[in-house]
Amino acid sequence: MNSNLITNVGAAALAVAVFAALPFLFPGAAMVDFIVYVAAYGLLAMSLNLLVGLTGLVAFGHAIFFASGSYTFGLLMQSGAVSIPVAVALTVIGTAALALVTGAICVRLKDVYFSFITLAFQMVFYSVVLTWVSLTGGDQGLLGGIPKPVFAGIDLNNGYSLYLFCIILFAICAIIMRQVWQSPFGYTLRLIRDNATRADFLGVDVFRMKLAVFVLSASIASVGGIILALFVSGAYPEFAFWTTSGDAIFALMLGGTKLFLGPLFGAFLLELLEHYVRAHTEYQNFVLGIVILLIVLGLKRGILDYVHDYWVRRRKVEKKPATAVKLARSPDA
Amino acid sequence: MNIDALLLCLSSSACATTQISTAFIIGMLLFLVASGLSLIFGVLNVTNFAHGGLYMLGAYFALSTYAVTGIFWAALVVAAVATGFVGIALERLIISRIYGADLLMQLLVCYALTLIMDDAIRFIYGSDYKMMGMPGAFALPPLAIAGGFIPAYYLFMIAASAVAGLALWFTINRTRFGKIVRALAINPSMVSVLGINTTLLYAIVFGVGSGLAGLAGGLAAPIRTLTPGMGLSFLLDSFIIIVIGGMGSIGGAFVASILVGFIKALGAIGFPLFTDGLMFAIMAVVLILRPQGLFGERSAR
Repeated sequence: MNSNLITNVGAAALAVAVFAALPFLFPGAAMVDFIVYVAAYGLLAMSLNLLVGLTGLVAFGHAIFFASGSYTFGLLMQSGAVSIPVAVALTVIGTAALALVTGAICVRLKDVYFSFITLAFQMVFYSVVLTWVSLTGGDQGLLGGIPKPVFAGIDLNNGYSLYLFCIILFAICAIIMRQVWQSPFGYTLRLIRDNATRADFLGVDVFRMKLAVFVLSASIASVGGIILALFVSGAYPEFAFWTTSGDAIFALMLGGTKLFLGPLFGAFLLELLEHYVRAHTEYQNFVLGIVILLIVLGLKRGILDYVHDYWVRRRKVEKKPATAVKLARSPDA
Repeated sequence: MNIDALLLCLSSSACATTQISTAFIIGMLLFLVASGLSLIFGVLNVTNFAHGGLYMLGAYFALSTYAVTGIFWAALVVAAVATGFVGIALERLIISRIYGADLLMQLLVCYALTLIMDDAIRFIYGSDYKMMGMPGAFALPPLAIAGGFIPAYYLFMIAASAVAGLALWFTINRTRFGKIVRALAINPSMVSVLGINTTLLYAIVFGVGSGLAGLAGGLAAPIRTLTPGMGLSFLLDSFIIIVIGGMGSIGGAFVASILVGFIKALGAIGFPLFTDGLMFAIMAVVLILRPQGLFGERSAR
């Protein structure tokens, strides 16, 4: 075991312990709901950031994998043939296969064309879900709920067990992503983001690297979909609609793309905004719009990125008062 | 899926005429919106995701003007001109700050503008459906053409969109002003060095693009129900169109608009749930085989 892995697993275990204790300190279903939603959409946003922030691939259609996770898992459980862990594994494998096929087509295109083709695939998926009523229930979503049979003595029909299960799934995915974030593979992806031509000259197989991160990111997005499907006991076509991808992108921009936890922070803020603004005004979109404009035009980056840049700049100023401040672009953390 | 119904419709000339005229009005409206979008993308290199909101504004401007004056022509002119000026204001105040920013920034700013415009409309007009009603000049019996009946307004709408589209094409391709705009798309700093006020020109181009969306909204107002958020579906459609037709190409936007019009009109009978799916599938195929679009020139790989 290298030291990174130990640190990451330790941090994740600590976080899981804290979150496992939270419902005892602050009882009430509302907070558990909130945390699970942030975990599900947070995984979607964090996995998207592997593409956007790490590799520079701006995918508009990432929710296809989120929805594929929800629907595959829901259908597998409704078939009654497999246990929950097996269904989770099969769902991730199935979504990875879907990502391998669509990714092989998508990552050949660049810039806005890449963005549009991912959107196109997502909307085709959405239409298939809507049209194939006998399998997916069409616009009603997967009907009849998702059964949660007991496995290894764990009963997910118990609210707390379900909560814990979701948190642990999230933690495992976060560890995997963090490892990638710090690995040589992760630095290769940054190289591709910053200068794909140079990466190519250095002997990096750009296409394969992009495809690899595409598949990885899709697999993790599917776990987000599984969490949501488990929690709401269903799957709905809205999961595959472009607005779900839009929210994920929004979370990225709100939280920031340079820090590993930026997207999670963004997803948290987004849920918070929707939650509280909706309670106070029916013109929540107006407020949301103003907030976005302020952040984008004022900070010109996500909130955590701004804080991070600010700290880096201050540290430099303290160390070397003479030069400093000219730092245009801080390194990734 | 109900392909039989579709074939049955196509074999009866009455039904076919109706659907084909529907295809054209959908197509021409989309063409106005998409050509504005395409113009803005081609010259300013900004993907204006707020364009659907401008279309909505145009429709509501027309609604109010018509309610006050009762003159439909005035409503159309106000829809186009007022939306154009809103576009100029947006460009000056907000969009100009994100020139050269990455796609995500543009997306987010435009998304925010759409949210704000939608809620502003909801605040002023309420969130219920509004109807403008058919203007008196067009309250004629439908014209019998090839066994089908087409409302007179449809023909006016198609003609008006065609005139606007041709005027745009002529201006861009055949006038001195158009030449400058095309030069601006290729090399803005050179245009600026030659003593032309590029800032003003950018604002004008954005205004014209917005005005086209406003005109489309005004033309659509008599036959559509108006709701906040009506622009959003139009936005997705117009993106499909500029991707299929080729970004920055007005001719491409026209061909793709008519294509999408046909898919929507015929799909409404044959495969109502999958019309969007089919459009996106075509978009995906175009992106795979010819990423720059059917009539586009930029390299996309």
